[in-house]
Amino acid sequence: MENKPHKSSHNHDTHTPSVSSYVGGFILSLILTLTAYFLVQRHVSTEHTAISHGVLVFMITLLALIQLLVQLTFFLHVDTEKKPRWNLTVMLMALVFLVIVVLGSIWIMNNLNYHMDSNQDQINKYIRSQGDL
Amino acid sequence: MNNREVMEERNEAKTLFGFWTYLMTDCVLFASLFATFAVLRHNTFGGPGGAELFNLPFVLAETLILLTSSFTCGLGMLYANRGFKNISLALFSVTFLLGASFLGLELHEFHKLAIEGNSWRRSGFLSAFFTLVGTHGAHISAGLIWMIVMITRVNLKGLTPRNLQRLKMLSMFWHFLDVVWIFIFSIVYLFGVI
Amino acid sequence: MFASLLGKLNTDALPKDLVTAGGAASMVFALLAIAGFLTYKRRWTWLYREWLTTSDPKKIGVMYIIVALIMLLRGLGDALMMRIQQATSVGAHQGFLDANHFQQVVSAHGTIMIFFVAMGLMFGLINWVVPLQLGSRDIAFPFLNATSFWLFAAGMALINLSLIVGEFSAAGWLAYPPLSELQYSPGVGVDYWIWALQIAGVGSLLSGINFFVTIIKMRAPGMSLMKMPMFCWSVLGTMSLVIFAFPILTATLGMLALDRTIGTHFFTSGGGGNAMMYVNLIWAWGHPEVYILVIPAFGVYSEIVATFSRKPLFGYKSMVGAIWGIVFLSFIVWLHHFFTMGAGADVNAFFGIMTMLISIPTGVKIFNWLFTMYRGRIQLTSPMYWFFGFIMLFTLGGVAGVILAIPPADFQLHNSLFLVAHFHTMIVAGVVFGYMAGLTYWFPKLFGFKLNEKLGKYAAVCWIGGFVLAFTPLYILGLMGATRRMDHYDASLGWQWLFIVAAFGVGLILLGVGFQILQFIVSIVLRDNHRDLTGDPWNGRTLEWSVSSPPPKYNFALIPKADKIDAFWAAKQDKSASKTPEYEDIYLPKNTPFSMIIAGFAFLVGFGITWHIWWLALASFVGIIASIAIRTSDEETEYRIPASEIKKMETAA
Repeated sequence: MENKPHKSSHNHDTHTPSVSSYVGGFILSLILTLTAYFLVQRHVSTEHTAISHGVLVFMITLLALIQLLVQLTFFLHVDTEKKPRWNLTVMLMALVFLVIVVLGSIWIMNNLNYHMDSNQDQINKYIRSQGDL
Repeated sequence: MNNREVMEERNEAKTLFGFWTYLMTDCVLFASLFATFAVLRHNTFGGPGGAELFNLPFVLAETLILLTSSFTCGLGMLYANRGFKNISLALFSVTFLLGASFLGLELHEFHKLAIEGNSWRRSGFLSAFFTLVGTHGAHISAGLIWMIVMITRVNLKGLTPRNLQRLKMLSMFWHFLDVVWIFIFSIVYLFGVI
Repeated sequence: MFASLLGKLNTDALPKDLVTAGGAASMVFALLAIAGFLTYKRRWTWLYREWLTTSDPKKIGVMYIIVALIMLLRGLGDALMMRIQQATSVGAHQGFLDANHFQQVVSAHGTIMIFFVAMGLMFGLINWVVPLQLGSRDIAFPFLNATSFWLFAAGMALINLSLIVGEFSAAGWLAYPPLSELQYSPGVGVDYWIWALQIAGVGSLLSGINFFVTIIKMRAPGMSLMKMPMFCWSVLGTMSLVIFAFPILTATLGMLALDRTIGTHFFTSGGGGNAMMYVNLIWAWGHPEVYILVIPAFGVYSEIVATFSRKPLFGYKSMVGAIWGIVFLSFIVWLHHFFTMGAGADVNAFFGIMTMLISIPTGVKIFNWLFTMYRGRIQLTSPMYWFFGFIMLFTLGGVAGVILAIPPADFQLHNSLFLVAHFHTMIVAGVVFGYMAGLTYWFPKLFGFKLNEKLGKYAAVCWIGGFVLAFTPLYILGLMGATRRMDHYDASLGWQWLFIVAAFGVGLILLGVGFQILQFIVSIVLRDNHRDLTGDPWNGRTLEWSVSSPPPKYNFALIPKADKIDAFWAAKQDKSASKTPEYEDIYLPKNTPFSMIIAGFAFLVGFGITWHIWWLALASFVGIIASIAIRTSDEETEYRIPASEIKKMETAA
């Protein structure tokens, strides 16, 4: 095995990215992160009244998903994979199963907590009423 | 290219694909921890929740540091691919320092919570918080150890095909950790305070 | 001071009652006997060089199967104990096991059978067959593969050690909290369970990645996915399930471990824990797991039915579609394992319907096997005996499953012996029969001689008859209201005669096992009578039959061109003259002790955490990291066989 420095092996799976794509990805991620942060900052500093809760949740989720796509594209170069696009396939499979397990679990547990009287607000109220633990 | 070189290229393709597949399994691992956090988020057992405990400016600092480290890591990989050993090593060293700072800040946050009496023993919510964020931190630690090893090896042996392949895996790993952090930042911290 | 060095471990941990001591003693004795035999025959170096440090999947497969078959004996021993207990512990009699021990036997039986027998047989066969069927010389990551096997062995070692030092879990094969939490299971049993599975589970996950990449990236030229043997398709579907389901197990066991060691409140009764979340997560893994077990068995049946009907498999495309239908659906049914935990009708109805839907792709496969046999020239070999047992029993057991999928019905039948009978039908008649058939079918390829057919048929008949005798009573008992995991019941219920019949059933199964042991011995002693000299003892259809039996280390001297379904069958029909072969250098992975070393450290981590020997756990963890660092710094992990030597080996054959 050769030890001397080696020019890039021909990247047959992805075409070589450029510095500007990383800079672009970085700046976009920065903007998305700061936007989400300042939205929440504003909401909290105005006693949770500035933006409605539901809208805020939606916006933060959207910003996170967009940043996911940005980082997948600019940092992980998922879009430049040559055919057959196995990395993309495995990732989509993971995403599908992941969403099923997470959303499914939340749906199931919400349902169970409701039917089985594990309402945390009530429990917390009760515990606080018992004084210092 | 001769037979051996064709084989080595095919080897690299399957090794990178195998590592990517492993990262996908790690996604499911984190997803299970996220699901548990979502289910236990109100289980504060009479104690404090996210709104009382999380220091948002501090978390923003952590987030920006990690994001920057992902950026410098990407650049490091870029220059490594182009054969610039010293620039690449410098960039990976910066990545290491930023990653170590991130970890330091996180350990500080954990320590503060623990000595105030809000450790993982306090409630289901805190158990889930410490485990989800802590598992991410454990992955970061593993990445940092790997980074030291790679910086040493590249320093000693140069940008050999084998070292390049491993750097590619390391940078995939590091980017992946920043992606997971996007969701920790949003779901644990931002959702936690609103 | 020395006491704290050993955590919770002290002489109290050794067996205190006759039954446990007996089991422990026989295990120790067996190990000493094997060690003594190896010393007497001076075979330690051979063992180390040829087996313990190998990276060859053919050999790793053999080791998986040996471990699995040994664990089968232990699991069947547990089964026998349970049947005897339940046949005798009625009314005034307690039976020979007290409640705690009975629950440990129950828990050990399930854990061993699923994680070490079924998974072991599965990975063993996959290691044997997949590279050969794909026309490949090796699997994608040989070192990782060896490490997966040794992690599996480390898990097995932990479970077996629990019989000698300490105790095993008494919380069932899935250890539901709050019972499995520290408060109600303060001993080391649940910890042994957690770490055995965590370690073996990592091994499985790594194998999942390994075989997934192998099938995607290492097929012979011309072998597109739609020309692959059906067994490989089943493995691809299964490995997809492994890679997306096992991380859930890792996370869940991890959280239970955290509850038990550092005081978290994930699933505890108090402190804001939610035990229902454990049940939810463990079954989100658990349901895909049972499909992981059965889908490769379906693949085995596809190979066997086609070969022994001397016809191509009917409905190749729909078989592939059915596999992926099952894979997808198996991820959206898991709640049917806890219909009675209290979810509302909407949730229960959704999962009930999804569960019933799974019978459709499964039915497609059953009909395709039948259509394959139709108008074929069927050879009634012993693998076909296993298949016939499967097709009748699995279909009936599957119908029982559809009944259980109806939530209101399940409220009566959940955790009854009806459920136990259903899942045993799936696992024994589906999974075990399939892997027994596969073992018989591929044995000559790996060892160069066939197993004795007559004894194999006797074994199959005993297993099939024994299964019917052992489990039909359980279906009936379940409908009568009998619960699972009972160590005693009232005489007035009138159940005892059914349990006695079931005990005879287990006896018949054990007779079948006896025939199998005899079969191995006779086949080995008389192997010259059963030699496979052509490499193709069954007139097979796929590429593994194109190489010698046993295959050379490198599988294929020349990578075959495989551009048709049933590539070997096609090649056999093509009588055109073959060109003079041009051999090339072949690179194979070197042997390495690091797989064993890493797994050995993993074993010590598990043991250390179980007994609270923290320094040992930490040091061993560091050992794992160090081993990985040392191994990955090794630049020379392959060795070369020059083309001239290949030519010599091929022409001498």
